[in-house]
Amino acid sequence: MKKLLIGNRAVAEGLYDGGLSVVSSYPGTPSTEITEFLSEYGDIHSEWAPNEKVACEVAFGASLAGARSACAMKHVGLNVAADPLFTLSYTGVNGGMVICVADDPAMHSSQNEQDSRHYAIAAKVPMLEPADSAEAYAFAKAAFELSEQFDTPVLLRMCTRIAHSQSVVETEERVMPVLKEYVKDPAKYIMMPGNAIRRHPVVEARTAALTEYAENCPFNTVEDNGSDIGIITSGCSYQYVKEALGDSVNVLKIGMPNPLPVNLIKEFAAKVKTLYVIEELDPIIETHVRTLGLDVIGKEKFSPLGEFSQATVAAAFGKDANAFATADSDIPNRPPMMCAGCPHRGLFYTLAKNKVTVMGDIGCYTLGAVPPLSALDSTLCMGASVSGLHGFNAARDGADKKSVAVIGDSTFMHSGMTGLVNVAYNATNSTVIILDNSITGMTGHQQNPTTGYNIKGDPAAKVDLEALCKALGINRVRVVDPYDLKECDTAVKEELAAEEPSVIISRRPCVLLKTVKTAPSLTVAADKCKSCKRCMGLGCPAIRMKDGKADIDTTLCVGCGVCKQLCAFDAIEGVTM
Amino acid sequence: MKTTSVMIVGVGGQGSLLASKLLGRLLTDEGFDVKVSEVHGMSQRGGSVVTYVRFGDKVYSPIVTDGEADIIIAFEKLEAARYARYLKTDGQLVVNTQQIDPMPVIIGAAQYPEVVLDELTAKGVQVEALDALTLAREAGSAKAVNIVLMGRAAKNFDIPYDKWIAAIENTVAPKFVEMNKKAFDLGYNS
Repeated sequence: MKKLLIGNRAVAEGLYDGGLSVVSSYPGTPSTEITEFLSEYGDIHSEWAPNEKVACEVAFGASLAGARSACAMKHVGLNVAADPLFTLSYTGVNGGMVICVADDPAMHSSQNEQDSRHYAIAAKVPMLEPADSAEAYAFAKAAFELSEQFDTPVLLRMCTRIAHSQSVVETEERVMPVLKEYVKDPAKYIMMPGNAIRRHPVVEARTAALTEYAENCPFNTVEDNGSDIGIITSGCSYQYVKEALGDSVNVLKIGMPNPLPVNLIKEFAAKVKTLYVIEELDPIIETHVRTLGLDVIGKEKFSPLGEFSQATVAAAFGKDANAFATADSDIPNRPPMMCAGCPHRGLFYTLAKNKVTVMGDIGCYTLGAVPPLSALDSTLCMGASVSGLHGFNAARDGADKKSVAVIGDSTFMHSGMTGLVNVAYNATNSTVIILDNSITGMTGHQQNPTTGYNIKGDPAAKVDLEALCKALGINRVRVVDPYDLKECDTAVKEELAAEEPSVIISRRPCVLLKTVKTAPSLTVAADKCKSCKRCMGLGCPAIRMKDGKADIDTTLCVGCGVCKQLCAFDAIEGVTM
Repeated sequence: MKTTSVMIVGVGGQGSLLASKLLGRLLTDEGFDVKVSEVHGMSQRGGSVVTYVRFGDKVYSPIVTDGEADIIIAFEKLEAARYARYLKTDGQLVVNTQQIDPMPVIIGAAQYPEVVLDELTAKGVQVEALDALTLAREAGSAKAVNIVLMGRAAKNFDIPYDKWIAAIENTVAPKFVEMNKKAFDLGYNS
């Protein structure tokens, strides 16, 4: 059946039709929808794990038990799951296992631009890379066969433009899940030195066998158009090459970027005068081609930064750029920002007002960095706010305590807890603020262990954050409503003044949740407004100055009432949430 | 058939994903090879968003670059100006005259360029401006801006009216079908 599918849905259907039984993932743009779509199937086990390491280990356990399993994550999630990955390469699998990893060239929604192909090389596991939804479906399905044939986990590399582009897919019949026999095999699955030392040669032999396989596998394809220009490319770059150059060049499309073939590349190169490698991010294929002793044009013409397009390729081959018109006026940027009514806003306003140093984390609240709040000092990776704050305070021991960490509920579950243990155990006088909006927000509303619901929306065990923080060794734990500016201010001042570590839980559900009842828009009584612009300091998208007075956009305002508390002239009117 | 390139641009939260879903579905049903490229995640939080829709006999790239778009459907005036460079010199710019201030304008760090559409018209860009917000409210919901604009843009595609209505029925949740059909008509007849 022909369907227009987004890449991530194609992966989900490919995994399902490939006989998947268990999937465990942590959300991360641009990978999230793979697992969301899989959760719609009633006859497989799907779940959100607290982090990618847990997810990958769950998939390992399911594979060991004899089922076909998968996990999905964004590129930086694979950093978290790298520990199991490297040794999974040694144990291999029982049921086929696929690790989906989605890179984000141009950083549409990420903190770095790392290239996951390095992991495939370093961990010595095969990697497949589709170039559209049809391939995403076919490769995901085939990955299970490859995994079982070569006794290895298989990485399926997506990137934003493949994951979030829709193209036409023809789906096939489903391979029904089979639970293979589980046989205890300590030499294969207990990776202590005496066993691991015997598994490493197996890994090397497997790589040799996979390299042989790569010479003539369905994932790598040659288009010989009789040209004296040859282009080796992969993933979305292939589409840009075809769009810009059509059938005027020879193309070797690499669908399996690890391990790379040798003879296939040499034979392809021998037929052309000039050889190019066109790949986004790092020169992985190019480096391999150079080690084969071939002359090649690569990163000197095609940047390691950001995404390519058909225009990138056309320009490199000397084609004229298209004509276009632009407006003369300067076009102001439109950066993303916290929504009107976002519960994080009141808390960040309080932190900015008190001139607190704020260690940030990964989530919607990273937007607290944007003017006018400009409330963040650092953002590194999941969980780093808590551990970073501890280090910051350890280094500035005795200085005025004016620093906090902010971390969301889901991120705290992911990797903030261990940092908080460290704060208590190694005793710095640190204040951690958990921004509990009852959902994983930035990735589009996924449940997590603090929400009381599982991936299917069914009731589930709910982590009690107050009890958890106390159990981790924090005596001072208090809860505030971030819509109440006075309460936030008192809490922040008191906890900063306290002589021991503390946790403030800023609790209010995300205003975009369907379960949240919003209020009608507030309005400004223009005759009462003194144009002091105090409300403008909130950075609320619903408030602007119009004819010299504050004005509230009635299509955006949800009546959270935070601005109303700031107005000294009672000019903001209406019933608040 | 040569590949046709369409862009849907606007502000995160304005409903561009539904518009691209509608268009993608319609074009697939018409038998075209179709690619739709969207943006999810951080930029959706009130930021500038763009969706590319490309169709033809065989479509390779999922994205559109400078001077390549046949039609740009802009949900907001400033976003129309931001992405105008992607339009072919003989392309069509369908734009909602609604103005949504970005944060740099709200906090006074930048001016909203009120005259951008006039500037583009002066440079020979074919601008079709309409007040889609008012028409959407007339249809029953301010959220129907997306479908009003699709109605207006529909005339630029060689696809009969009935097919568009069928695509709305297949894409939109049943309880919103009538409202969206009305919104489509208001745009179509504007």
